[in-house]
Formats: sequence, C-alpha cells, structure tokens
Amino acid sequence: MPRLLEGILEAFTLIIRLDPELIKIVFLSLRVSGAAIIISTLLGFPLGTWLGLKPEKKTALVNKVIYTLMGLPPVVAGLVIYMLLSRMGLLGVLGLLYTPVAMIIAQVTLALPIVTGLTMVGVRSRGKEVEETARSLGAGPLLSAWTVVRESRISLLGAVVTGFGRVIAEVGAVMMVGGNIEGHTRVMTTAIVLETRKGNFEYAIGLGLILLSLSFVINAFLYRVQRGGEVHL
Amino acid sequence: MPSSIVFRGGEKSIYNPAGNTAFLDLKNIVKSYDREVLNVRTLAFERGKIYGIIGPSGAGKTTLLRIINLLTEPDRGTIYFEGRPIPPNGPARLALQRQMTLVFQKPLLFSTTVRENIAYGLRTRGYSREEIKKRVSALLEQIGLPHMKERHAGTLSGGEAQRVALARAVAFKPKLLLLDEPTANLDPANVELMEKMILQLKQTMEVTIIIVTHNIFQARRLTDEAVFLYDGQVVETGETSKMFTSPRDERTQAFIEGRMIY
Repeated sequence: MPRLLEGILEAFTLIIRLDPELIKIVFLSLRVSGAAIIISTLLGFPLGTWLGLKPEKKTALVNKVIYTLMGLPPVVAGLVIYMLLSRMGLLGVLGLLYTPVAMIIAQVTLALPIVTGLTMVGVRSRGKEVEETARSLGAGPLLSAWTVVRESRISLLGAVVTGFGRVIAEVGAVMMVGGNIEGHTRVMTTAIVLETRKGNFEYAIGLGLILLSLSFVINAFLYRVQRGGEVHL
Repeated sequence: MPSSIVFRGGEKSIYNPAGNTAFLDLKNIVKSYDREVLNVRTLAFERGKIYGIIGPSGAGKTTLLRIINLLTEPDRGTIYFEGRPIPPNGPARLALQRQMTLVFQKPLLFSTTVRENIAYGLRTRGYSREEIKKRVSALLEQIGLPHMKERHAGTLSGGEAQRVALARAVAFKPKLLLLDEPTANLDPANVELMEKMILQLKQTMEVTIIIVTHNIFQARRLTDEAVFLYDGQVVETGETSKMFTSPRDERTQAFIEGRMIY
C-alpha cells in the first residue's frame, strides 16, 4: 500500500512539474481521440439523423449491425485496421501503420457506430414530429433536418461525449495499429500499460489520474446534461 | 350534386386543364397503407370559409389533412391549389407549402422560448427582425400570453401550448390553415378560448380554415361547411347547418344523432 501512496505523490509532482514527456503523451491522446471524435461526429450525425427519421421497420437490419458495432471489442477493430494497413493489406501502400493517422482510423471505427447509434435513437424519439412541424411551418428539407438536429441536441451531445469517452480510454486498438512508439504514437493508455510492466508505477499512476479526471469531467458533464435536460447551445 | 363541390367554368390553362377555379381542389386522391384509408373522388374548398371535416375515428380525417398539407404523399390523385396542380417536388412545391400550415392534434413546440417558437415560420420566410418582433408581440397579446414571451415552451400548460401553436401557425398569415382536433386535449375553458380565437381569425385574416374534428357540436359552432367522411370516402358535403338539420345520407344522420359508435 505505501507503494501506491508513494506512486500517487510522485504522480502529482509529475503533473504539477508539467513533465514534458507526460504532457506530450496527454496531448497526443487528446489529438488522436479528438480527431477521431470530430470525424465520427461529422459522419455519424447526418447518418444517425437520416436513419432516425426513417421508419424503424425499414432500418431493422442496419440497427442490429450498428448496435453490434457499438460493442465492437477494440482489439478486433485494431486487428481489422492492422490487416488493412499492414504492408500486405489493401491500404498497405499508404504506409500508415504505426502512425497517429492509423490510430485515428482505428478510433473512428470504434466511435462512429456509437455516435451514429445514439444519434439515431435520440432523433427517433421525436425527430419525425419535429421534422413535420418544421415542414408544415415552411422549412425546406435542409432547414427541417437542421431543426431536428437542434431539437435533439441533448442526445447528440450525449452521443459525442460517450464516443469520446470510449476512444480516449481504449487501449487495444491504438496499441495494435500505433505500436506505442515513444514520442510518436504513445498515448496515455498505451503508456500506462508499458510503464506498469516496467514497474514505473508513479508514471502509470500519474497518467491514470489524468485519464480518470478526464473521465470524471466528461461524465459529470453528461450527467448534468441528462438530469437537467437543459443545455442552452 | 353536393352543394360544396364546386365546378365553376374557369379559363382552361396549361396549369389547370380541368378548368377549376376553386381555392383548393382535390381530385381522385387515394391513399392506402395496409388497406385503403382514403379515396376522395373530388372535393373542393372555397376561399375564406371555415370547413369542418367530421366523421368517426379511422375515417381518414387526419390522413386527408396531412395530404393537403403535403406531409403525406397520396398514392394517386392531384391537388390543385388556387387552380394549379401542386408539383411533386422542387421549389414550386415548397412555395405552395408555405402558403398553408397544419396545427397538429398534439402540437410540438420547439424546446426554446415562446417567442422563438412563434417566430419560426417568419424566420423561414426571411422576415426582417423588426417585423418578426412586431408580429410576435401582437400575437402574444392576442392569445393573452404577453408575459410569457421569454418563457421556455416546455413549461407551458396544455392550453397555453395550444394557443402558442396557433399563434405560430398564423404568424406568417397562411392562406390555408389546417387544424387537426384543435381542442381534443383541452379543458372546457380552454376549448371556449380556442374556438373564440379561431372565429376571430376568420374575421381578421384572409384565411381559409379546415378543421378536423370528431366533435359534431364544435363543427356546428365553428364551421360554415362540413364534409362528412366515412371509411375513407366523402359521404356528404354541404352547409353545416343544413347538414345537421337535414342530412341526406343515412350514415351522416346516424353520426350526427350519435348513433354511430366511434
């Protein structure tokens, strides 16, 4: 137990001292997962809105596929992307394996179904009604779709935050396609794995604390949004 | 021939080969889901009147209203609006759709302020900021809710919400106002208030109103003309007062005497 306490104390000094290595890892994590969630949002919002406005009967199969992919194990996503990007793979010529881009692709694979699925569910709850109300008040197709998005903003926000929470905390996929290369593809989760194995617990704990704080902020935000139901955007 | 089905000999034009000049004209409208829910051979509405579409539940009243508002596409048939057939898509259809509006049975208010709700249709039509402000204030005054301008729509009572929905619908002065059971979910005091407002609209605006109601007393209080719909078909049309005193069809009689189970 004293080892854990020691580790926590040292972790705090690392954080307070703004250890350059630590900062680099944290920022790469945020950049990779941030890019992944932006891409997933740009694709998932329109797709989820479109699906959510369709009658549920017509999208039954797509729903099942999306729900399955929402629970896709990160290592499976990592495996697929690895095979695609490896030199023998379909996209091998791009030379993307073991780069941050490969990690972003893997994380999009994980986040896109979540953003799409949760958007779809959110829109479905009252999207059709909103769309018809907007149309009967004179909105064209684009404006009525925008009104649906605006009216579902709370679930959409939830979708983005949940997706981000998933990819920032995931280790399997980024490990496989990123390779945990120091200063290049090392992110918080892969660093924790490595430092723990090396016995550098203070480092691992420091990263763990940052990850935990991030998770806390994200979930506190989500909780407030869902409880209050009222976010003025 | 029923009295409200209008065949006035207008000039034949490329837009209107049939030559009808009724304000709104439905021809051979058919809509089926699992079974046929609507089959209207011909039905015409004149400008400036209040029409009541009455009939038992499941008669196709709401489907008819939704087809007129271009929310539901009929399987067959044509709608003529001011003599022109409504095109299947494109900007011309949107332009026509913008001349009418539908207030749903359970109106949905957007989750924003009362003011923004009433302004919605004005914004889609590109009204100026001052004009929007002026109209919203005037409407809030008319519906008796001037103090609720900045209130969040989610906090309104059922009656208040219905009034805001009506204000939102008439803000842009539509030529055709479609009301689906406007008072079905209201208490008697609010029913009276809504009915008063609807009658006022007729006097203050150039608007044709079509009200769907299963309440024959309401149809009698509000409407000039009535359309009795039964099993997807128009059974009888005519002046409301006449239809209630001397219905021509047996089914109409059964309905207005309350003998029809619905």
